Formats: sequence, structure tokens, C-alpha cells
Amino acid sequence: MGGGEKAIEKQVAMGKKTARERIMSILDEDSFHEYDLFVEHTARDFDMDKKVLHGDGVIIGTGTIYNQPVCIYAQDFTVAGGSLGLMHARKITKIMDHALKMRVPLIGINDSGGARIQEGVNSLAGYGEIFYRNTKASGVIPQISVILGPCAGGAVYSPALTDFVFVVENISKMFITGPSVIKTVLGEEISMEELGGARVHSEITGNAHFYAESEDECFDQIKSLISYIPWNNTQKARKFPPQEPTSSLNIEEIVPSDPHRPYDIRDIIRSITDSSDFFEIMENFARNIVIGFGRLKGDTVGFVANQPKYLAGVLDCDSSDKAARFIRYCDAFNIPIVTLEDMPGYLPGVDQEHAGVIRHGAKLLYAYSEATVPKITVILRKAYGGGYIAMNSRHLGADFVFAWPTAEIAVMGPEGAANIVFRKEISEAENPDEVRKQKIEEYKEKFANPYVAAAKGYIDEVIEPAETRSLLIHSLTLSDNKVDTRPAKKHGIPPF
Amino acid sequence: MEESTPKYQTFVVNSAKYKTLYTTKFEMRKKWERPNPNEIRSYIPGTILKLMVKPGQEVKEGECLLILEAMKMENKIEMPFDGKVKEIHVEEGVKIPKDVIMVTVE
Repeated sequence: MGGGEKAIEKQVAMGKKTARERIMSILDEDSFHEYDLFVEHTARDFDMDKKVLHGDGVIIGTGTIYNQPVCIYAQDFTVAGGSLGLMHARKITKIMDHALKMRVPLIGINDSGGARIQEGVNSLAGYGEIFYRNTKASGVIPQISVILGPCAGGAVYSPALTDFVFVVENISKMFITGPSVIKTVLGEEISMEELGGARVHSEITGNAHFYAESEDECFDQIKSLISYIPWNNTQKARKFPPQEPTSSLNIEEIVPSDPHRPYDIRDIIRSITDSSDFFEIMENFARNIVIGFGRLKGDTVGFVANQPKYLAGVLDCDSSDKAARFIRYCDAFNIPIVTLEDMPGYLPGVDQEHAGVIRHGAKLLYAYSEATVPKITVILRKAYGGGYIAMNSRHLGADFVFAWPTAEIAVMGPEGAANIVFRKEISEAENPDEVRKQKIEEYKEKFANPYVAAAKGYIDEVIEPAETRSLLIHSLTLSDNKVDTRPAKKHGIPPF
Repeated sequence: MEESTPKYQTFVVNSAKYKTLYTTKFEMRKKWERPNPNEIRSYIPGTILKLMVKPGQEVKEGECLLILEAMKMENKIEMPFDGKVKEIHVEEGVKIPKDVIMVTVE
């Protein structure tokens, strides 16, 4: 089987499962049908015609997960290092075309040494064909990449084009140029794990969406994800029997009365979702914003929420990127979006400005404005300035905007605003600190509440925290048949 | 990865002080320093192939100061304005990393 006994032993010694084992673990039992088992490579240079490569290093086929069909491919590291040659690529593109035609999800298990140098440009041609199909299928069928080995050079662009990337500690490695090339050309020494290991991509680069400590944990995550998302862009996600939240925390008590103290927004999410289940995505990247899937009365809902526990929940380059892509995913696959807002503004700093927080922040605005799925916003606490607009305000097309009584919707926080608006009074006063304190209180009384915005109809209702879940469910039922169009165009030009 | 009682830091946004945790990226960010126009720094790691000027030499804007070999290309490092070479900090054949002062001018 595969590349032979010795190769399989090496694979196991590295802590990795074989390609076939992986496929069997993900799919329902006995559901896998393999295609192209007997495909042979066509390379003739470098003595390749004397070599037999079983299945040319990749296993493709179809199966079911939770009794629904999926297409799957798994690169086999035991056969020629899983390197990609022309026929290897053709097998992958065959199953990709199949998945797109049949409108079923595509799961790709990457475990490859890269392009097969012996096949030269044919390998590159193979990669190109795969990337083209990744893009064609993007937004039509869910595409999932599982990195269970090295994925280097050009190969790593395929996962980058797919919707969700799964990585496993110590097993996944993703980079464009490896450590040896970096050392030779640039003289920088770094290990494979430090350069592009699972942690690097989950925490720093944002290339990975899910992090697991073992392959088995990864497969469980994949199955969970599949249960939340629809099979293709014309369907809605599977409806589950509705459940009440089981969280022991009382939603009224999670948010501290002092607006400067933090809390974990996930506690709030868990007190409103079915069974208090929250499937978080990109947990370790841009922790100042939280995204993920939950269910409300059995239907999948996408959550975007500021996280006051990290960096006070500010918006910045990374969090805008993280949220914007997720919003576009939900929009493409008919998943309503619930936004929970509690943020004091954008992260200040030269490094942010020079990194292009303008451009990245604009992505978030674009994503929300463009989305036509039902969009519901609940303002929990702070909603200041540009961030108030960016977090799915009425003005960007939110269908329902609710606010808790603790909401503060203002251009700026009381401290900042008082310093600017009453600057003259404070500087001319005999006791500036006293006057400043007084002015801050005045501003707080007048503006740090939801009623100013409510008076203009910018928010629909001021609600009690305990009513949140039922109101969200009510709003979602209302928006079941929502129709919203955009002007006819090929596509917009988001600030990439 | 939940700590039972996390140690919150004070974080100021628009004059308001918030108690929160920092992210690793935020803690490791580089503080901005105004670049000194007199320092000619390497923008890419490479090898000093050839020095074209000597200390004290008068150089016009655009003239080549040295050749830095990087990414299989011979990169000409040019003089940014009319001036004089104050000091050369590197030697021919030496491999240097990024952001190293190669030449100071005035």
C-alpha cells in the first residue's frame, strides 16, 4: 500500500497518519469510494520511467460526512514524498471539477514535499490548474484545506485560496521559501517550526483558521465545521433541533458596571446560543475580535464580536482582516450575521497607521455593506467613533440594531471628548482637574447612553440583556425571506 | 488557554484607561524611530560586492556608493543627495543582514 512498508514506518515515526487512515477518519464509515487508483505518472526524464509511483502520490475520491456527500483528496507523503507531478495534479483537478459540478464540499489534505523537480514545468502547470479551480469554486462550494505535513513553495497557495485551513501542532509546516534557502540567500537562521509551523500560522500570520494538538482533534474539528455550514451556496446550513443555552452564567452579570473593566465576550455568546455551543474560528489570531459559528433555535449563525478582554476590544489591521473575510464567507453561504459590539475605537499607533489600518479597516466596512444576508447588531457597551460605524451600524445596512441600556454610542469616550470640547474651559479654570472631572461627568450623563442614537432611530430598540436571545431568534425568523439587491456589476473593488 | 485570574494591564485609548490583556503581537511591536537621512542602511540582507567610494570623497546625488549582491542581483546603492562620504562601515566580501548602516554621509 502507498509507498511501501519502510515509507509508511517513517510516516508513523514522524507522528503522522497515512493518507488512507486520514481519509477514513474524516469520512463516515465505509463511505469512501476511490477514483484513479491506477493512474501512473508520465515523466520520462531522470530515470523516472523506471519508477513506479502508486496513484502518483495522491488519493482522490468521494464519501460522506453525516450522510451527506463530500469530495476529498489526500496527498500521500509515502509516495515520492507526496511531490506533485502532472498526473498527481490532474487527479486533484479531476476531483475539484467533480466537486464543483456536483456542488458538494471539497476537503483537501495537504502533505507534500512540493513540486516534483524531475517533472519540471509540468509540476508548475499542475499547481496553476489547481489554484485556478480553487478560485473558480470559491464562494460556490465550501473548500477546506487540512495541512498535515509540509506544504511549501507554490503548493501553499492552494490552502491560502480555500475557505478554511486546519493545522496541527508539530505536523503542519507552511512557507514559501524554506529555512535552507533563507539561510543561503539571506543568512537568517530559523527552524521549520519557527518559520511556518502550526503556531506561527494560528497566532501571527492568520493563515490558519483552526489549530489542533493532534490529527484526531483536527478531524473532530473538521466534522464540527461541516455540521455548521451549508453544502453549497444555494442551500442553507442544516437545521438542528433547537436547544436552550446551558451556560451557568447569567447574561445580566457578565458585563461589569465599570465600562473600563473587561470581560470575555464568549461568555455572552455562550449564554445566547443553543446548548451554549460556540465554534470559534481563528481563536489565537487578532484576539481583540471573536468570530465563529453558533446556533440560534437550530439555525447556524455567524458571530462577529469585539473582545474587551484583549486590547480593550479595539479594531486594528488584523482584526479587520479577520472579521471581513468571515463576513464575506457568511454572505456567500447564506449564513446570517450577528454582531456584538463593545469597542472603544481603533488601535492608535504609528505601526498601525504605517501598516495600513486605513486600508484594512475599509475591508470591514466593505464586507458589512456588501453583505445581503440578515445582519443583526447588538450594542452591548462602548460604540465610539469610526468603530461604531464599522461594526455593522444601521448605516451600513444592518437589518436590526439593538442596544443594551449600558450601551454608550458616541463619537468618543467621555474622557477624550471632554478634553477636546471643553479644552478652553479646563485650561482657563483655576482647578483644571476638578473642571475636567466635572465636564467628563456632564458628557457622560448626556452622551454615554443609547438614547441619543435611539432618538434618531439609529437603533431600533433598547433591550434588556435577558431578552437578547429571544429577540435575536425573532429577528432571524423575520428575515428568513429577506430580499436585498445591489446594483448590477461584475463585482466590486474591495480594498484588497 | 484560559487563566483563572488574568493579570490585566492598563491600556489607554483616547484618554480613557481600560483594563485589558495585551496580545503578543502588540507587545512585540517595533517602536517607530525617525529615520536618519545620513545613514545609508541595507534594505535587504546580502554581500558587499564592491565599494565605489572612499571616506571623505565628494559624491553627487545618484552616484553609486557600493554594490550589494542580494537575491542573485547586483544592487547599486545610490547617494540620496549631494554630499560627502563620512564613514564606511563595511568591507568588501562581508555578508550583512537587513537594516545595517553601511555608509554614513553628510
